[in-house]
Amino acid sequence: MERWAYEDVLAFAQSWSVVYFSLMFLAAFAYAYWPKNRDRFHQAALIPLRDEDA
Amino acid sequence: MQADVQQAPWRFDHFFIPVVLFLGFAAALTEAARSPDAPMVAQGWIFAACMAFTGIWYMWMYAGRTPADETRTYADGVVKAGVIAAMFWGIAGMLVGVIIALQLSFPSLFYLPSEAWTNFGRLRPLHTSAVIFAFGGNVLIATSFYVVQRTCRAHLFGGSLSWFVFWGYNTFIVLAGTGYLLGISEGREYAEPEWYADIWLTIVWVCYLVTFLGTLIKRKEPHIYVANWFYLAFIATIAVLHIVNNLSMPVSLLQTQSYSLFSGVQDALTQWWYGHNAVGFFLTAGFLGIMYYFIPKRAERPVYSYRLSIIHFWSLIFIYIWAGPHHLLYTALPEWAQTLGMTFSIILWMPSWGGMINGLMTLSGAWDKLRTDPVLRMLVVSVAFYGMSTFEGPVMSVKAVNALSHYTNWTVGHVHSGALGWVGYVSFGAIYCLVPWLWKKRLYSNALVEWHFWISTLGIVLYITSMWVAGIMQGLMWRAYNDFGFLEYAFVEVVEAMHPYYIIRAVGGLMYLGGALIMVFNLWKTVRNGVPVAPAASVTPALTAEAA
Repeated sequence: MERWAYEDVLAFAQSWSVVYFSLMFLAAFAYAYWPKNRDRFHQAALIPLRDEDA
Repeated sequence: MQADVQQAPWRFDHFFIPVVLFLGFAAALTEAARSPDAPMVAQGWIFAACMAFTGIWYMWMYAGRTPADETRTYADGVVKAGVIAAMFWGIAGMLVGVIIALQLSFPSLFYLPSEAWTNFGRLRPLHTSAVIFAFGGNVLIATSFYVVQRTCRAHLFGGSLSWFVFWGYNTFIVLAGTGYLLGISEGREYAEPEWYADIWLTIVWVCYLVTFLGTLIKRKEPHIYVANWFYLAFIATIAVLHIVNNLSMPVSLLQTQSYSLFSGVQDALTQWWYGHNAVGFFLTAGFLGIMYYFIPKRAERPVYSYRLSIIHFWSLIFIYIWAGPHHLLYTALPEWAQTLGMTFSIILWMPSWGGMINGLMTLSGAWDKLRTDPVLRMLVVSVAFYGMSTFEGPVMSVKAVNALSHYTNWTVGHVHSGALGWVGYVSFGAIYCLVPWLWKKRLYSNALVEWHFWISTLGIVLYITSMWVAGIMQGLMWRAYNDFGFLEYAFVEVVEAMHPYYIIRAVGGLMYLGGALIMVFNLWKTVRNGVPVAPAASVTPALTAEAA
């Protein structure tokens, strides 16, 4: 393959990063709102309130 | 006794810390003895003194003269030390801020031409580094050590390594601060310390990361609480930013001067990639860790939406890292990169406001506490300021707005609404919580917290409003043309027009400092004369029962 010119790198970065960012966001969103995780996150929110000071 | 010593298992920290301190001491003495550079000689002596002090303190601790943290459930000694250091540096940094604000209003005040260190150019980085890195850094180290232990239900990892982090970090602060006064600077915003201080900070920071990660790994709580995610992002990202931004070649190992490996616009972009993420990860992610622990704890309610906090975290860290180019609008930076920086800054509205709503709504159903608990009010107002300054920031990153705001006092006002309102208040709120918890005393006076809150809030309002007016006026005057197409105003006319606003700003800063002094008095009285409280029973039995 030929060496990429500055413009090629630019075109790649400017197009595919949109896909990359959208996928990252969807992954985070799905993880947060996955129905099976509901109870886990409910418990996790209580962690600071359960820590009795030693 | 001797049998005990022989049976003690070999420990990494007992070997590592003395070796690092000794090597640091030896290197410092070499600089002091051999450097042809007078400021480097001074830095050598200062660094050697810090190493000797830490070494003696370390032996003192292990001789049992100061309580060792390792024998307790949680390592709280280092957290106490961090709180004390934060208040000390906070007062020092704010005082320098007031001095340089007065220098801008009355240039001959506090400036002695024969004393180069009284020059604004040397005092300004002393102020910014003292409040951001000395005050803010110690707050982050102290609170992160406190929070990670409580939410993981595990003692800090690494034995005495956390103490090395504390003393090592404060040694860096002393080196940096004295260096500025001696005229040593890399000239990189928020990264002014020279190469030797940068190397030292890298060693300390890696130890911080190891201590924090190690504690997460040995946690007893299965889930890693969201505050720890924010702290970890802060520690890991700052390590990367610090190393890349400070890649430089010293002129000689015996001189302070060094040159960056980058040049031109690449250097500028590296600098602002660092600079903006110092805001994004040091002043935002780290302090969001404080928000996600201390507001639920103080309000005795879980965070409004844990799921929102997850989205807040991932979107914030993925977006923030791209916003730096907005500091370089209308420069030699390629147009598309400027637009990229602006676009990402605007997208940042979403996670910022998501986080703000999450913090504020944690009080839903308990708003009355804002009336009765000034500490909680301080924490909540900090989140409001977070929302306000993260709204203002993206507005200013829009090119058309930036054409007016750039290089003016509007930027200074924006930074201080974030720094005084968000970072300052969330830190004060956390410290007002921590001191009674750590020393197991009741806070000396709630009324004094009220005084602190109102005096400093008024101070912030004076500060940011005067800087808005001054900044917009300055921007408009700079670009005003007369009928012949010449500039309407000379530069000095603009300076003259800003004089009253500079005075108002100095008054605002003085009030903020006054509030912090009230806080120091209150905390001092709490520790010295506070009423002891019995170990707190578990908070909110109803919620605990629900959880079980």
